[in-house]
Order: sequence, then C-alpha cells, then structure tokens
Amino acid sequence: MTNRKRLSSTQTPSQSRDEDDDPTFTQPSTSQVQRGLERLSTAQVDQRAAEVVQYILMKDQKKVPVRRTDLVKHVVKDYRNIYPEIMKRAARSFDQVFGLKLVEIDTKNHMYILINKLEYTEAASSISSPTNPKRALLFVILSVVFMKGGVVRENLIWNTLKKLRVDPGEKHEEFGDVKKLVTDEFVRQRYLEYVRIPHTEPIEYEFHWGQRADAEVSRAKILQFMGQLHEQDPQSWTQQYREAHSSPSSAQPSTSSQR
Amino acid sequence: MTSVQLAVASGQSGQMSRQMGDNHRRFLQTMMSIGIVDDHGAKALYQHCCETHNVQCPPDRLDDFIETINSKLQPLFMQIRKGMSEDNGQEHYALVNMAQTDVTRMSSDYADNELELFKKTLELIVGSENGTVSSTDILNSTDSMTTKKLKKSETEHLLSRLVHDKWLNETKGEYTLSTRCIIEMEPYIRTMYQDQVSVCHICHTIVFQCQICENPICGIKIHNPCVARYFKGRAEPRCPACNDFWPHEIPEIRRPRSQSRR
Ligand SMILES: [Zn+2]
Ligand SMILES: [Zn+2]
Repeated sequence: MTNRKRLSSTQTPSQSRDEDDDPTFTQPSTSQVQRGLERLSTAQVDQRAAEVVQYILMKDQKKVPVRRTDLVKHVVKDYRNIYPEIMKRAARSFDQVFGLKLVEIDTKNHMYILINKLEYTEAASSISSPTNPKRALLFVILSVVFMKGGVVRENLIWNTLKKLRVDPGEKHEEFGDVKKLVTDEFVRQRYLEYVRIPHTEPIEYEFHWGQRADAEVSRAKILQFMGQLHEQDPQSWTQQYREAHSSPSSAQPSTSSQR
Repeated sequence: MTSVQLAVASGQSGQMSRQMGDNHRRFLQTMMSIGIVDDHGAKALYQHCCETHNVQCPPDRLDDFIETINSKLQPLFMQIRKGMSEDNGQEHYALVNMAQTDVTRMSSDYADNELELFKKTLELIVGSENGTVSSTDILNSTDSMTTKKLKKSETEHLLSRLVHDKWLNETKGEYTLSTRCIIEMEPYIRTMYQDQVSVCHICHTIVFQCQICENPICGIKIHNPCVARYFKGRAEPRCPACNDFWPHEIPEIRRPRSQSRR
C-alpha cells in the first residue's frame, strides 16, 4: 500500500479513512466537538444521546448491526459535529442502565452492535421464553465449530443437526426453514460467519464463530457442556481448554457461580 | 457540619439507594425482551435477578426496585409502568417507550398499511360500548383504507400477528386491546380519542371491557374485575354513582394463578 498523503495534522489515520467510506459523514476533530458542545446545553446533548439509545435498542431487538451512516442520517442529524460525544454518552447509558456494551464491530464500515455484559442465565431466559430452542440450536453449532478448532465445513454441521432430527432440507416445526435460520438469521445477528471456501467445485461453505458469539458466548461454558455430554473432563481437550481459559475475547466473567 | 454539607450528604445517600446494580440491569434486560409480565412473574424475576447477583431481595420491595430502574430510565424516555388486566384484574408491568407512545413505535415491525389497519381496529374498539370488535367488522373496515388495501387473508394473518405480539387479545373472533397495549398506548388513546374514552368509576383508569350503568343519565363504566371486587358480598348491587339497581351479572373474582398461562 502506498503512503497516501491525506493525513492532516489534526486527523488520526482512522478518521481520514472515513472520508472514503462515507462521503456524508466526516468524523469531527476534538476541537470541533469542543466548539460544538459550547453552543449546546447539557440537556440538549443528553436528549439526542437518549434518542440514539432508543434507536440502537430498537435495531438490537432484531440483533441487526446499526450502521453509523443510518445513525447520523436518522437520529444524530444536525448534531453530527458532536457525534463522538453523543456516542460516548449513549455508550455510558448502555453500560450503566442496561448492562450492555456498545461495540463497533466493523471499523471500516462503522457498524455497531450491543453485547450483553451480564452472563446468560437459564432461569431468566425461561421467564422470557419458556424454552429457547433457537438458542439451543445455536449453542450446538457453536460447540461443534469450537471443538473442531474454529472452522467447520457446512456439511458437518448439517450432518450433526440431522442426528438431532433437525433436517436442513425439511421445514422444521420450531425453526421453520433451518438452513435460512442458520445461514441467514444467525449470520445477520453476527453469531456465525458463513463463508465460501475458495476454489471448491461444487461450491462449499464453512462456518466460523461470529463477532457477537466471540463477545457473548463463553468458551469455557461450551467446554463444560461438552464435558457433561461426553462424561469427560473438560481439561482432556487440551487445546480447547487452553483457548477457553486464555482467550482475551471470552468476555464472560468467571463462571464459577454457575452450576 | 454546615447545613449545606448536611444537605449534600443526605442528597448523596438518597442517590446511593437509587444506584442500579446488575440485578436491576438483568431485570430490565428481561423486560426488554418480554415487554410485559404479570405481578407473579415480576416477583419471580425480581427474586431471580437478586439471587443471581447475590443481593438481598425483600419480597415487599418490588415497587422500590422498579422505581430505582425507572429513575435511570426516565432520562431515556422509557419507563416500567404498572397496569391492570381487564380480563382478570391482575396487575402487570410493562416496559413503555415514552418518546413514541403512538403506533409509530410499532413501525419497525409492521408495514404502513398494517399500521393503518391497527389504527382502525383501535378506533373501532374505542368507539365500541364494551371494548370489543369482531373480526368481521375489522375485515369490513379494510374497504376504507387509504394505504394499500389488505386482502382478507392478509388481514387475518396480521390479526394473528398482533395477537402474537401482544397488542390484541382474541376470543372467539372478538378482539380486545391487550393489557400491554392499554398500558403503552393509554396516553396516545387519551389524546387521540378524548371524547370517546371513558374512565372506570372504581379505579379511575382508562376502561374498555366493562359493565355500564343502564340509567341513561348516568351510564358510568366499571371494569369487569372492578365490578367483581366492588359488589362482592352485596345483596342488592346498586350503581356507586346514581344508586340505581345494577342489572348485570356480577362476575366472580378470578384467581389469576388458578388458570394456566397457556
Ligand atoms: Zn376499574
Ligand atoms: Zn349509575
């Protein structure tokens, strides 16, 4: 890559990239934000930050990432000159009020998702939905991918599901179109990545963990679950055990309180 | 210590008790995913959230607990609001969005013409005497739609979605507003249909499904569960407003938990 001479003294590299990706929005500089804030009351800024919170929550109900372009266009609008400050306050609300973390998952296209900072508990989910079969299905797939070292050809997933009487070729009573759920819904929600394997004929795909799974799902818990399933000490899977207990991306706090 | 310092100190301690913990956050998260919960469910959830995070939960402090959450939600134009089920009188808690209390808050889930039909349904229910509308009347109202007209099958599908999403209730082809819908949309309904909206004579909240005094110059409305409670054990029921004989059958007080939650 050539050294493009577009960095002005006030801009950091990531800011200069914005101009390429999103012509309607340029990340304001610190001094621009400062000047913008001087002209506005705290209440005005808080109000706009609250609208951002509402907007992201609404999008998050469907677990769809929020694009910065949309955020600016629909909510931030004329406050775009103080965008970083608005996002800072929104992130603080998510953290302090909702126990959620606002994460930019794609720094190139500027997409945000909310990640749960609270550990998943069975009881709370049984109140919210008596059984959460989709979550169980997802957990099975994530387990297989993790145990196979992080990447798995799709056939292996379909065969595993068939053993559980979930046939991707048939309409399932609970899941409907299984293939669509797994390769579309879970992918859009960033729980899974479904990518084409290069140079395959016929075309083949493979699964990886998605960014939301990385942040929300505890590998240690998956290993624990596999241990119970196979009546085996989780430590016997040396490689996975090491990964589960060292990986910085396993955002979950200690799971010792869980049975 | 000066009085100013004292005031500051007491103000801070007041603030301390209003701090949210992970137990509050978990409760709120669950409310976000379910939208509404009855009081038994709320108590169970409260207990679960406190136990999960090793916090004491005195059983009688649920409302304080929710008040703490509300104090932080208010600047974000949200609130957990309490309301009564018109079917069985049971208290419910719903998470409401105060920034958009009208039907636009449903716009992420429903198309424009679907929202129009929901508005029409709302209108029919508000305009009806006892808060119900038949599926036939809803189907007929599609004729006057200004957005893309919904076909019969589409309307039926939409109605079942509205029931599934807990905006409407349905029994034998008759539709009523769900508890969630009433709690969330009460301010909207009150402003939109000022002249048509009535308030229960007993509990003073907005009323749809009810019994009505037959004295034409009185005509007060009372929720069915409020009727049951108010007239319980009275030999000759009389209207609490005009003292005329109350001619309707007095419903039994329903024990909410004895009926299964299917
Ligand atoms: Zn009443
Ligand atoms: Zn009367």
